[in-house]
Amino acid sequence: MFRFIVRRLLQLVPTLFGLSILLFIWLHRLPGGPETALLGERGTPESRAQIRESLGLDEPLPIQYGRFVKRLVQLDLGTSISTKREVTTEFLQRFPGTVELTITAMIIAIGVGIPLGYLAARRRGSILDQASVGGSLLGTCIPIFFLAYVLKAIFAENLGWFPTIGRQDASINATHITNFFVLDGLLTREWDAAADAIWHLVLPGIALASIPLAIIVRITRASVLEVLGEDFVRTAEAKGLTERTVRRRHVLRNAMLPVATSIGLLTGLLLSGAVLTETVFAFSGIGAFIKDAISNLDYPVLMGFIMIIAVVFALVNLLVDVSYSLIDPRVRVR
Amino acid sequence: MPLLDVRDLSVTFARRGQRTVHAVDGVSFSVDAGEVVGLVGESGCGKSVTSLALMGLLPRQRGVRVGGSADFDGTDLLKLDPRSMRDVRGRDIAMIFQDPLSSLNPVVPIGIQVTEVLVRHRGMSGDAARKEAAELLDRVGIPDPTRRLKEYPHQLSGGMRQRALIAMAVACRPRLLIADEPTTALDVTIQAQILELLKELVRDSGTALIMITHDLGVVAGMCDTINVLYAGRVVETARRKELFAGRRHPYTVGLLASIPRLDAGRGEKLTPIRGSVRDVLPWTEGCAFAPRCDRRTEACVGEPPAMTPTHTGHEFRCVNPFPLSQPEEARV
Ligand SMILES: Nc1ncnc2c1ncn2[C@@H]1O[C@H](COP(=O)(O)OP(=O)(O)OP(=O)(O)O)[C@@H](O)[C@H]1O
Ligand code: SF4
Ligand SMILES: [Mg+2]
Repeated sequence: MFRFIVRRLLQLVPTLFGLSILLFIWLHRLPGGPETALLGERGTPESRAQIRESLGLDEPLPIQYGRFVKRLVQLDLGTSISTKREVTTEFLQRFPGTVELTITAMIIAIGVGIPLGYLAARRRGSILDQASVGGSLLGTCIPIFFLAYVLKAIFAENLGWFPTIGRQDASINATHITNFFVLDGLLTREWDAAADAIWHLVLPGIALASIPLAIIVRITRASVLEVLGEDFVRTAEAKGLTERTVRRRHVLRNAMLPVATSIGLLTGLLLSGAVLTETVFAFSGIGAFIKDAISNLDYPVLMGFIMIIAVVFALVNLLVDVSYSLIDPRVRVR
Repeated sequence: MPLLDVRDLSVTFARRGQRTVHAVDGVSFSVDAGEVVGLVGESGCGKSVTSLALMGLLPRQRGVRVGGSADFDGTDLLKLDPRSMRDVRGRDIAMIFQDPLSSLNPVVPIGIQVTEVLVRHRGMSGDAARKEAAELLDRVGIPDPTRRLKEYPHQLSGGMRQRALIAMAVACRPRLLIADEPTTALDVTIQAQILELLKELVRDSGTALIMITHDLGVVAGMCDTINVLYAGRVVETARRKELFAGRRHPYTVGLLASIPRLDAGRGEKLTPIRGSVRDVLPWTEGCAFAPRCDRRTEACVGEPPAMTPTHTGHEFRCVNPFPLSQPEEARV
């Protein structure tokens, strides 16, 4: 298992290498280049040249690329063109919020989606089944930002059950170590700070969870239906095992294989999809920052973001592969 | 009193937009303690559905209707609530299925698939259960059982898998074992070994066995009593000796003639039964075998033939049966 993980991590290197080339080419082909973004259309040729020089844009491309990779390896992503701060610093401050939000959404989607999908399959054709199939169709076609607005209007603004914006109440004055607010609260034993951070995660978490929840319900349902028809489930029933054993050991363990794959793909997508939700809830994650970076062509920030997404995507999928081989001995690597 | 007494068992599948299927249409037979009883018939005659109905394993859906009774040691299996049926299954009645590979869970080690029965019905746990599981594997002829416990189904050969399934079935010393075509998916040489193993197990433990097969030849060697099924009904019932001394029902005769036999003389031809299983008359309109039967008379259609009892207990459902005295060769 250990060698498998190391091998998979090594496979990541050429992937990232290829991605870095793609990024590099793409950014240098942007219309106008970064200097336009900084100076707007009114920049004089002199001021443009100055910017180009200070950013190192006049060097030959291979040298620029070499420098780019070297800095990437050192985790030095450069300075944001618009905020003038280190991209790494910006990320360390903002990314944890997005990660917390994504994890919350995945917990909701998995925690609700798998049981619901299982029940729908088990009671095929029942009202519960029809409702979950219909609901999951609805879940995939409501835009996230719209759902976010609706949830906010009802549960935060009208009923006041949840906070409307932000990641944590400023009055709590919490200590921050990692910028993962929930984790910080637990580390410093400031329980109310952790609880408040979780409270702030609920509504945006639900909004963000809607699409993966719908997908997980459908995949689980289809997969469980297939497994229920398998001979070994009949064998398990013929042994008189309890419903619980049949469900856990015989149905779900087999049905989870396709679900695990989809969870891996969904997590990666969620990270990049968190942007809209964060905007609605003024949740200070990476979302707004990336949105500005896109409109400003803040290329160090964009590059850093894309690389991080790629690494996270690869790591999540590695996790999926590992759990896959833990579940299924037929694909197990020795 | 028999251990299991099945009376007028019927199973119908009604699907919206489809014709209602009478998969089992009034089957009656009984099994004494320790007896080996054969259910024989062509594909689709309702053998598997009969066994699944007895086990309470038919799909739980609207449109599946079960009728009749199945008295097992004083309780009607068909009326038992699902929870009590779970207690009976695996402990008092166990089952072995046709395809050993697909009947085993691919992602769970063999050991756990054996011990889970012991845990469920015999209250064993941990080392005791593992030790007992190893002994069970040893008893069904799996070498190196302790190592095999940790292996997965795909690491075992076909015959070994069926042995493992048999071990799970006999783990709680059930009083009744149902084997639904346990050798059909196996190589010929392995088939004989598995049958031998089953024979030995039921002889040593006193377990009764319902042996389901389409191969009358298999039944020949091991069953005490044989029930021949056609289109969801029993058409002939006899003790082995009586049946092989004189088959009365034309379908039984045809069934035996259509099967290759090791003891068949040179030059004896195989004669398949004319037509196909799909050419049936509904039992309500007469003998279901009539469209394929060479001995059909006018009396065969109109109303369903009843079971004709004889003083030996040999029964057949036919209005124009082969006479008892006729020599074997002339019949086939
Ligand atoms: N779930 C079901 N829904 C509808 N019809 C069914 C269902 N299960 C079985 N049948 C029908 O019931 C009839 C008897 O099937 P069964 O499986 O008992 O046959 P069998 O005697 O076991 O044959 P084989 O030798 O092929 O196993 C068949 O006509 C089959 O199509
Ligand atoms: S009742 Fe008639 S048709 Fe049916 S098996 Fe006997 S002879 Fe043939
Ligand atoms: Mg069958």
